[in-house]
Amino acid sequence: MNSHLRPPTTVSVAARPGFLARRHRSYYLFVVPALVVVGAVIIFPWLFTAWMSAFDWKIGTTAHFAGFDNYVGLATNQRFLEAIVHTFYFTALAVVVPLVLGLAAALIFHREFPFRGLLRGVFTMPMMATPVAVALVWTMMFHPQQGVLNYLLSLFGLPPSLWVYSPTWVIPSLVLVEIWHWTPLVMLIVLGGLAALPTEPYESARLDGATEWQLFRYITLPLVAPFLVVAAVIRTIDALKAFDTIYVISQGGPGTASETINIYLYLQAFAFYNVGNASAVVVVFFVIILALALLLLYVRQRAKWTS
Amino acid sequence: MDVVTRVALPAMLHAGRARMRRRLRKIAFALSVVVIVSPAILVFFWMLSLSLKNEIDNLAYPPVFIPDPPTLRNFVQVFAENSMGLYFWNSLVVSGFATLIALAVGIPAGYGIARAQAHKLTVLVLIARMTPALSYLIPLFMVFQFLGLNNTLTALVITHLVITVPIVVYIMAGHFETLPKELEEACQIDGGSVWTSFRYVALPLARPGIVVGTILAFIFSWNNFVFGAVLAGRATRTLPAAVYNVLTFEQLAWGPLAAAALVVTVPVLLLTIVIQKEIVVGLTHGGVKA
Repeated sequence: MNSHLRPPTTVSVAARPGFLARRHRSYYLFVVPALVVVGAVIIFPWLFTAWMSAFDWKIGTTAHFAGFDNYVGLATNQRFLEAIVHTFYFTALAVVVPLVLGLAAALIFHREFPFRGLLRGVFTMPMMATPVAVALVWTMMFHPQQGVLNYLLSLFGLPPSLWVYSPTWVIPSLVLVEIWHWTPLVMLIVLGGLAALPTEPYESARLDGATEWQLFRYITLPLVAPFLVVAAVIRTIDALKAFDTIYVISQGGPGTASETINIYLYLQAFAFYNVGNASAVVVVFFVIILALALLLLYVRQRAKWTS
Repeated sequence: MDVVTRVALPAMLHAGRARMRRRLRKIAFALSVVVIVSPAILVFFWMLSLSLKNEIDNLAYPPVFIPDPPTLRNFVQVFAENSMGLYFWNSLVVSGFATLIALAVGIPAGYGIARAQAHKLTVLVLIARMTPALSYLIPLFMVFQFLGLNNTLTALVITHLVITVPIVVYIMAGHFETLPKELEEACQIDGGSVWTSFRYVALPLARPGIVVGTILAFIFSWNNFVFGAVLAGRATRTLPAAVYNVLTFEQLAWGPLAAAALVVTVPVLLLTIVIQKEIVVGLTHGGVKA
């Protein structure tokens, strides 16, 4: 160092080789405490789950190594397979309807009108409300005799429904809660997309005599499509994982009519204490979620390349 | 018919029709606003209405919408007879500590990720977002049972870290990214360590991000139901778990139940108002930006 006491030109300290690398290393130190916590409460459970899934294990009994038996058992388990079907049915409805309604709501809130800010606030309130609290209120609203929903139906001259007490209607009814809860999130995502839209294409299209529908179909829709895909990915993940409202409102019933994978999983783990089997369900469940999310992201990438 | 009417009348008629059409459009638009906002209003109004009515009115058909006279008996009942106060306190302790710990480890982590450009670490956040909560619950339940921690608030705080840490890390990494590096570089060139530049330059600037991260972490933790439902004992239940148990096991009437639901939700709704604009970021966290 002594021979370099007077450098000929001023060199920024940051530009000296090694400085950045050393600094980067100390930045990684900042992440260590969080990594320890994440390792303990997130990564360890993942690994432990995968490990447990290879055992025939009930809480309170000794575990027996079972290899892939739990998975093989699931593949032929009628109740589990039905739970997958229920989950997909629920998810399809709980993704598509909020996407359509959320897009419509975003188009509405994109315009200027009196009390827009306030009404947008009201519209987005369901999103943050505690799911259990909301589910309780819906439970009371669904009540076939004293519920307010059947009263509202009667105002429109419609026959009363059994809602969550009917095996055919229980899933659509639960989806109704999900739509109510999460359409605002889709709306906000799409609204963010609309805010970023350029105005020129609209002006020139209008000059060319395009109708409002054409403006929407050929300009707005393609431009907000990426945001719709993001909303679809998030909605799919959340719909697959839906638990609180289903558990509180129907507990998977009547019978097993609304038993989704998550409900089945909960019962296996904490009603029957079948942790080996439940862990296998977790692994299968996670693979399903991951596969669907990746599929949607792939669709998005392809849409990007072709456009 | 003179010339003026012959020319002007169709024009006036035309103008009138156009005005009519515009007005019709306005009405249709106003109607659509009403239609999309009313479900939210209906449910929250109904929650409030049920909580302020006596039991006779709550079970009346056709339903009574406006409480007359409104009563606070339901609230008194849930606090006096169903230890709502204790559960409220439990929720406050669990969400409070889980949020504090998440801030302690998550703020530095967010800073480290942003400055070391270690974006791959946020993929962990995305995967954590996709994993069903129950997959953490089963292994942690086993460990807590082994350690004798089941039914304690400690176990709940640890489990709630699953919710709070990823969201804080994600929000803070995004926030530090937006802060200019130059100030920290200046600090380091003047001989400050990386820690000094974090503690005295970046941290004070990051306050808005910290507020958002804190509130979101707290809300998500507060809203969580299943951890409390499984891990808590009678005396350590969090609010959502308690409200659910009140419903199923003690078969309460509708009024107190709605009152309890309101007590759970109101703090969250109040916090939401503070961070209106950042909510989307929080709820989509880890979910790829467009």
